[in-house]
Amino acid sequence: MELFGQTVICGVLLGGMYALIAIGMTLIMGVMKIVNLAHGALVMVGMYVTYVCFTEFGIDPYIGMFIAMPVLFLIGCLIQKYMINRLVEVDSILPENQVLLTVGIMLVLTEVMRLGFKSDYRSVVTGYSSNTVFIGGMSISIAMFIGFFIAMGFTLLLHLFLSKTDIGKSIRAVAQDRDAAVYMGVNSSKITMLTFGIGAALAAAGGSLLLPLFYLWPDIGHLFTAKSFIITILGGMGSTLGAAIGGIVLGIAESLGATYISMGYKDLVGLVIFLLVLLFLPGGFRSLVRRS
Amino acid sequence: MKNFNLALKILLVVIAVILPLVIKAPYQLHIIILIFIWAIIGTSWNLLGGYTGQVSFGHAAFFGVGAYAAGLLQFHLGVSPWWGMLLGPFAAMVISLPIGLIAFRLRGPYFALAMLALGEIFRLLFINLAFTNGAKGILIMPEITSKMFYYYVGLSALALTIGITYLIVHSKIGFYLVSIREDQDAATSLGIPTTLYKNLALLPSAFFTGLAGALYMNYVAFIDPNIVFNLSNISVMAIMVVMLGGVATTWGPTVGAAIYIILGEVFRTTLGSANVLVFGVLVCLIILFLPNGIVGELDMLRGFLARKKEGAAGGVKI
Amino acid sequence: MSLLEARDITKKFGGLAAVSNLSFNVNKGEILGVIGPNGSGKTTVFNCISRFFPLTSGELYFKDQRIDELPAHKICDIGIGRTFQVVKPLKRMSVEENVMAGAFLRTSSMHKARLKANEIIEFCGLEKYKYREAKSLPIPLRKRLEIARSLATDPELLLLDETCAGLNPKESEEAIALIRKIRDAGMTIIIVEHIMKVMMGISDRILAINFGSMIAFGSPQEVSNHPEVIRAYLGDAYA
Repeated sequence: MELFGQTVICGVLLGGMYALIAIGMTLIMGVMKIVNLAHGALVMVGMYVTYVCFTEFGIDPYIGMFIAMPVLFLIGCLIQKYMINRLVEVDSILPENQVLLTVGIMLVLTEVMRLGFKSDYRSVVTGYSSNTVFIGGMSISIAMFIGFFIAMGFTLLLHLFLSKTDIGKSIRAVAQDRDAAVYMGVNSSKITMLTFGIGAALAAAGGSLLLPLFYLWPDIGHLFTAKSFIITILGGMGSTLGAAIGGIVLGIAESLGATYISMGYKDLVGLVIFLLVLLFLPGGFRSLVRRS
Repeated sequence: MKNFNLALKILLVVIAVILPLVIKAPYQLHIIILIFIWAIIGTSWNLLGGYTGQVSFGHAAFFGVGAYAAGLLQFHLGVSPWWGMLLGPFAAMVISLPIGLIAFRLRGPYFALAMLALGEIFRLLFINLAFTNGAKGILIMPEITSKMFYYYVGLSALALTIGITYLIVHSKIGFYLVSIREDQDAATSLGIPTTLYKNLALLPSAFFTGLAGALYMNYVAFIDPNIVFNLSNISVMAIMVVMLGGVATTWGPTVGAAIYIILGEVFRTTLGSANVLVFGVLVCLIILFLPNGIVGELDMLRGFLARKKEGAAGGVKI
Repeated sequence: MSLLEARDITKKFGGLAAVSNLSFNVNKGEILGVIGPNGSGKTTVFNCISRFFPLTSGELYFKDQRIDELPAHKICDIGIGRTFQVVKPLKRMSVEENVMAGAFLRTSSMHKARLKANEIIEFCGLEKYKYREAKSLPIPLRKRLEIARSLATDPELLLLDETCAGLNPKESEEAIALIRKIRDAGMTIIIVEHIMKVMMGISDRILAINFGSMIAFGSPQEVSNHPEVIRAYLGDAYA
């Protein structure tokens, strides 16, 4: 029972951090209607920024993330403005070539990091990294707790930002109907740029929170891209709350899977669930709520 | 103009046939054989992705199944993997039926993601099944080692793929496929059973991708699930080859494959560890400045001079 | 003889009934006009007939055959063609290729499809634009192309959705001339249109709907004098 409890709690905590990364992706997907295969690479770059802050300047990862976020915000804005946005204007047979562009960006980001840091596995060891708290016989890492609460804080802040501020409302307007938003005087190219920036910053935040828990190497991005997709589909495209729930569900499923299903089939089960959701719950969990 | 085109094509065929008699260096022939394999994959992907507009991120499933069909014949039954050149394509086609049934329920980015998941499911299955020898993969002892032999096999397979694809595209089916890509609702309103026709594009697409897989097994002689079912190195590269060369063009995928393989080799040998980086930059530049691929954009330029009156739907390039 | 018959058709989106308990019929060879204010359910009726939406309840018969359970693409096959209010040209195909895509419904031969397409392109007055890509056409020609494409499928009944919307008076006149020409060739037509004047002149009978229900059905005179119709269009003060 304790094993089960510990597994579930770890899943929830980890899922909360995944959710932050996925919210970045779901924002970008919702507003720009593109599949961003570079999202995990943005997470990875954010992790390296935090990592460098830690090793070079001794800045704690939880403070370093506030350096990584603006850096990634800037990178995100630049990528959107000078690369992806250019494609919106060209007439091409398959709109999916935007996806391919994100593959190119992913390659460039990954390889730049590989040039700088080699393919070595790196990790951040802080004074509290190995500390755990015990709750009724279950031991849970401190870093997971801190990470989870910061992630939930950001999720809440973002939710408020999207629902209360003008820019937030404009982002939601563009996500719902770009043309209508433009008629209402929304500067859609500015909004998409900001959205991509915010998405990238959230990716960096999530990555930084996971840094004390994960090994870091340039290819780790793929892992996060895959997770974000699953969460986005689970939660429904463009929904912050959906992504938060989707993240936690994925976290629980993953950690239960790791404990109870053989390692080999764990990912397989995840993918099958992903497909089933894609087929039968096209709007993610939200469509369940709406139906009832 | 027509005679000139015909002469050019005959010249190309003649060059292709006598090339290995001139270039005898195994390394160069190796590169060309790889180009053939990738051109087959690209041409197959193009039928479903380029003409029909169903962008698949899961073609590794067909490639891998084709390769494994050949490898497992040898592994379990001791049958020559060359029979796999027959079995592989059919096996790929058989698995494309349930895949189509599932994925064509979805449209646009959801379709792309479903295909991505399906491709990964195959990779994980083949890693975990005992029948497929798991992650250890399959090693065979090739009976033939002459590069020239593989060159001609690859060339014939490519010719067959391009020929059949050309016939499909330049028929009623081709018109229907392009109509579906351009507007699915309009296609339905014209009485086109869209799901059926998407499957009609998927079947040959899977068939020839499976053929490429079987050829790969025979040529390289070693496969494992992480090689042949690889998402970025097979599924995404299949898209890349087509987009580099030219979406919905007959020769685009072949041109794209040539560029991709040759540049990949050149970068690998001259740039060392920076080769993937330069490749990534190049991909970005090509998509930004030649969004319809090299052949696609060439034809667009030519189109301003003389608008073609014949050919197939959608200004399909010959 | 009635070619198409709708019996109590209802279409609900969630709790909202876009069309409710609507019954009407279309006789062979006539032009039936469907009028109604914005959002009254005209296009929904079309989408129900062409099976783009499944009916919530009710039945549809075409030549005494029940059609409301057929898949969408079969509707065209049995002889009902349609156009879209927001035109959906096959953008990267030429005008000829667009029309050929329609013609392929009845033939598999490239040659026959091209002949048929050319015949229809000429009928619709699109010869000049035959090799133009559909995306380069202006709106009036795109609308014309929609009609041509759908004629190429050899329909017995043609559903025209707002063929004159967004056209200037001269362009609408040309469009109406084309519709008359199609009728004279023996086709039955249901047409949805906003402009009353257009409808009065062209329709044999008119079906007026508001909030998804029938408010009048009859000859243009009857309908245009019907108090409900006047109320729906002009407001209570005029009724």
